[in-house]
Order: sequence, then C-alpha cells, then structure tokens
Amino acid sequence: MNQEVLEKNLTVVEEDICIRENLVYERPSTLIDIEMHYCPGCGHSTVHKILMEVVQELGIQNDTIGVAPVGCSVFAYHYLDVDMQQAAHGRACAVATGIKRVLPDKYVFTYQGDGDLAAIGTGETIHAANRGENILVIFINNGIYGMTSGQMAPTTIPGMVTTTSPYGRDVEVQGHPLKIGELLALLPGVCYITRQAVNSAANVRKCKKAIKNAFEYQKRKLGFSMVEIVSNCPSNWKMAPVESNKYVENTMIPYYPLGDIKVPEVK
Amino acid sequence: MGEKKLMKGNEALAEAMIRAGCDAYFGYPITPQSEVLEYLSREATKRTGMVLIQAESEVAAINMIYGAAGCGKRVMTTSSSPGISLMQEGLSYIASAELPCLLANVNRGGPGLGTIQPAQGDYFQSVKGGGHGDYHLLVLAPYSVQETVDFVKLGFELAEKYRTPVMILSDGAIGQMMEKVELFPQIERVPDRGFPWQTSGKPINGERRYITSLHIQPEKMEEINRRLQAKYKKMQEEEVRFQSMQIDDAEYILTAFGLVSRICMKTVQLGRAKGIKLGMIRPQTLFPFPIKQFAEIAPKVKGILDVEMNAGQMVEDVRLAVEGKTRVEFYGRMGGVIPSPEEVLQHFEQTFL
Repeated sequence: MNQEVLEKNLTVVEEDICIRENLVYERPSTLIDIEMHYCPGCGHSTVHKILMEVVQELGIQNDTIGVAPVGCSVFAYHYLDVDMQQAAHGRACAVATGIKRVLPDKYVFTYQGDGDLAAIGTGETIHAANRGENILVIFINNGIYGMTSGQMAPTTIPGMVTTTSPYGRDVEVQGHPLKIGELLALLPGVCYITRQAVNSAANVRKCKKAIKNAFEYQKRKLGFSMVEIVSNCPSNWKMAPVESNKYVENTMIPYYPLGDIKVPEVK
Repeated sequence: MGEKKLMKGNEALAEAMIRAGCDAYFGYPITPQSEVLEYLSREATKRTGMVLIQAESEVAAINMIYGAAGCGKRVMTTSSSPGISLMQEGLSYIASAELPCLLANVNRGGPGLGTIQPAQGDYFQSVKGGGHGDYHLLVLAPYSVQETVDFVKLGFELAEKYRTPVMILSDGAIGQMMEKVELFPQIERVPDRGFPWQTSGKPINGERRYITSLHIQPEKMEEINRRLQAKYKKMQEEEVRFQSMQIDDAEYILTAFGLVSRICMKTVQLGRAKGIKLGMIRPQTLFPFPIKQFAEIAPKVKGILDVEMNAGQMVEDVRLAVEGKTRVEFYGRMGGVIPSPEEVLQHFEQTFL
C-alpha cells in the first residue's frame, strides 16, 4: 500500500472512531483532559481512569478529597478533577486522617506507591488503619521505586533485579518483601483489604469493582479500606509494556495472589 | 473583663486553644508539655466538639495538621524540643503550601534527648526556618502564662492573615509554672471559613483546588519563593512586637526573650538601685525581629548585654541589627540552668563597668 492510500485509510478510521455513536469508551468527566506524564504502558493511568470512573458513577466528585504523596503519582492532582492535597513522602495516611477527622462526611482517599506506603510511611499506614480511619488507600505495588528510577522497594520480590539490588534481591541481606495487605488485615480497625491488578481487561474490571466497594464501605463508615493493585513499571523493569504485563501475571501475582484478604463482616 | 483563674502555663495554653475556637489538635506526649494533651482530653471535645487525636508520633501529628489546615480549619499542635525537631519536615511543607496553623514549642534543654528543664536552645531552629528551604515561621515568645494565652488568640489570627505557620516559643518554666491569668471569652468555632484555597470538596460551580509544595519548573518555584519572601517582608514591616522598659535615660540595655526577660527585669531594678542606668528591650516577636528598634537605640547607649538560656543565639540578630554602632555582649546559661538576677548583674558589671 502506498503512503497516500495508507494515510487516507487511517483518516477514515479516525473519523469513524470520532463519531459519537461509534464510541465504546469515554474519558470520565472527572478525569482532566490533559496529557499524562506517566510512561507508556504504566498502570497508573489505568488506575487513575477507573478511580475517576467510580467517582463519577457514585456522583461524589464534589465530596471527594484525594491525597497524593511523593512517588510517580505525586502529580495525580494534575489529572484527578477533585480537591487534592500533595503530601510528604510516606505521610499520606496522616494527612488523610487530618482531612477526614475535620470533614467526616467527605470521601477521602490516598493514592500511594509501595515505597511510600510500606517503607517510609509504614508507621502512618499501620496507625491510621488501627485507628479505623474511615478512608480508602489505593496502593500501587510494582515492587520498585519508579520516581527515583528503579531502586529496590519493600515489596521487591526475591531475586528481582533493581538498581540497588543489581544481583537480584537477596533476602538474607536485604530482607523479605513486605506483604502489608496481609499485615493490615489483622487489625480490628480495618474493614476491607483486597489485592487487585490492572494487567488485563478482566482484572481492570474487577479492580474497579473493588474501588467502588471501598467507597461504599466508607459511606457506611465501616473503617479503613485498602485496595492494593499489583502493577507494572515498564521503564524501570526495562521491559516493553506487554512484556511487563506478562511479568505481572507470571511472576508478581504468584507472589502477591489476587483477591479479597479481608471483607467487612456486615455487608 | 475576662474570667480570672490561677492556671499552669500548659493548661492555660490548652484552655486558650479551646476558647479560640480551635477545630482540631493533633499531638504526641512529651515532657514538659504533656499537660496540653491531657487537659484537652478532659475538656476540649465535650465543650466545643473539637477534634483531638493523640498521634503515633510528632511526624504523624504535623502531617495531620497539614491535612486539616488544608481543609481551612483552625488547627494547632504542641510539643517540646526533640518533638519539634521531628516536625521540621512537615513545617517546611506547611510553609511552602502556605497553610495557616499554630504550634507551640515548650523548649527544654538540649541537644539530643537533653533535659526536661527549661532552655532557649531552639531559638535558631525557630526563627531561621528549622526545616529545609527558605522559609520562616512567625515566632511569638511569651514571658508569662498570661502572654501565652494572649498569643494563642493572636497566633491563630496571624496564621490566617498570612497563611503561614506560627510558633509560640515557650519553655519548660512558663509551661509548668502557675500564675494568675485572665481568659478571653469563648470564640465560637466556625463551621466553614470559606477560604478560596481550602480543599473541602470541589465547589459545584467552581474549579477544584489542590494544595502542593511541588513545583518542578524552577521559574515557578522561584515565583513561590518570591511570594514567601514578600510575605516575610510584610511581617517585618507590620508585625514586629516588643516591650521596652526604662530605656529613655538608659546607658546600658539588657535584652532577653521569654522567661529570661523576667529575670532581666529584676536585674534592671537591682542595677537602678545601685545607680546604674539600665534599661531593657524584650522582643515579643522573634521573627520578625525588632531590627529597627535595636538600630535606633544602639547609638544612644554604651552597650547591650544579651542574656539567654543558650550559648548565644538571639545575640546574633541583635548584632546584625545594631550594625556595630554599640558594643554587644552575651551572657548565657545552658542545659536547663536558669540564671539569677544577681548573677546577670554581676556579669554585667564585670563586662561593662
């Protein structure tokens, strides 16, 4: 096919897609229409989308306050069209506590990475959970420090190569991956802990449902919820996006099995 | 006339916080200020519905302050020296994000775990920023239980006026001693202060708000810095507070802040009784510092003795203010030791006469 014909065909396809009747997907109105800074293939953009779809579907955009601490998603406030606070590294659960306690009828969520939630912020996370703070924690677990370009995280799985575990994580030297979801599930203040993924269309749908459940539990003031999302980091894993999603499926998920870890007793 | 009571400094501070219509307090126990959290636990929630949380650490407490202040609420925390050190990261974020809040440091002796006795070793940390980056706290230094109470009310007003963290720099003696205090009447809590920047849910017909201290573009970050510096300049022009005593005919000036200024007041009396023309200047705001007032008096006197319970911290600001126009000397005790009026006079006589 020559170049001219190719361009013509592409134009026709683009025009067809842009016809409203042909649309199968729309950007949720709660997600700001600008280019994201995330790397191609990164799970953050998918999680942003489903989170904001839930906010739109529940009609809580004007009653939701988000907290984005240090990590790749520190700029989440550029994309999520709700009131937001940027927090210091690891302190999101403390900041969210401050917000929720003075505005108990608002929906409050944090959006944290593994280094933030399970290393520097472990104390704030555990104590917010143990107090039963009525908030939702979205926890992106990709086993690596993305923002600082690929260092070992508390959730890096044994043998995984990072810039600070160049020979693979050696649990004898660097300790074991922290399964913080299972740990938090032991606490009485916690109502809902689930582990999800966004590496396939089916998993995306399940993950969205989990986020929706968590907001509904928050509305019923049932306590602390966390949706852990096993995700990828194509850039720092040094993989193409498709390859990284296969790594999630074949290597990450076997170590971090998906599913509910704790569900509220009163449904 | 307000209600008069005999109260311990820390308890009076807590009472003033409730009366100032404070919406939330987040804190962690530490001697010598634990009475604040204890008093609030007994009184606050039942009287005004104020939110009260004993946080898991000072680090968590200051970040709870960040969250609640960001919702436009009137919030406060208190601690003592080692705990205040732990809050410095959060304070830098609060200053940069321009959130109003009030904190009190009931200063104890350091460095390290130090001692639980009163000291003033946190002057530098309080007035020069304390955390990372170019910022200042507005610092109020009470010298009595009464002034602690008054500064709680004033502190909230200044914090909201300038969208800035304000610190009351007290010490273990002012926090622990009992004095007569006149309390201002209860100010009702405000359900919604309606600040345009507060993150309390995106307005139905308005833009969403976000609070951040992150500006990757250097030009933008410089613009934020310029805005902060302009604010500090305005404070320097409009918010300097100080008290002077017998300076009109004074040949020598004693200067001190907080607890030590009470000691120096007595030293002025003792000196005057011996025919020495002593006067005193007591800065009530440590930042902004009364630069102009020191510059004006410097050429008129033979010398200034700065007295502090540290190794010589405010004295640096006094020297900068007088620009060499008079002799400035220092006398200090450290580690929780309080100097006596006679000791200060003796040192003055040895140094200047």
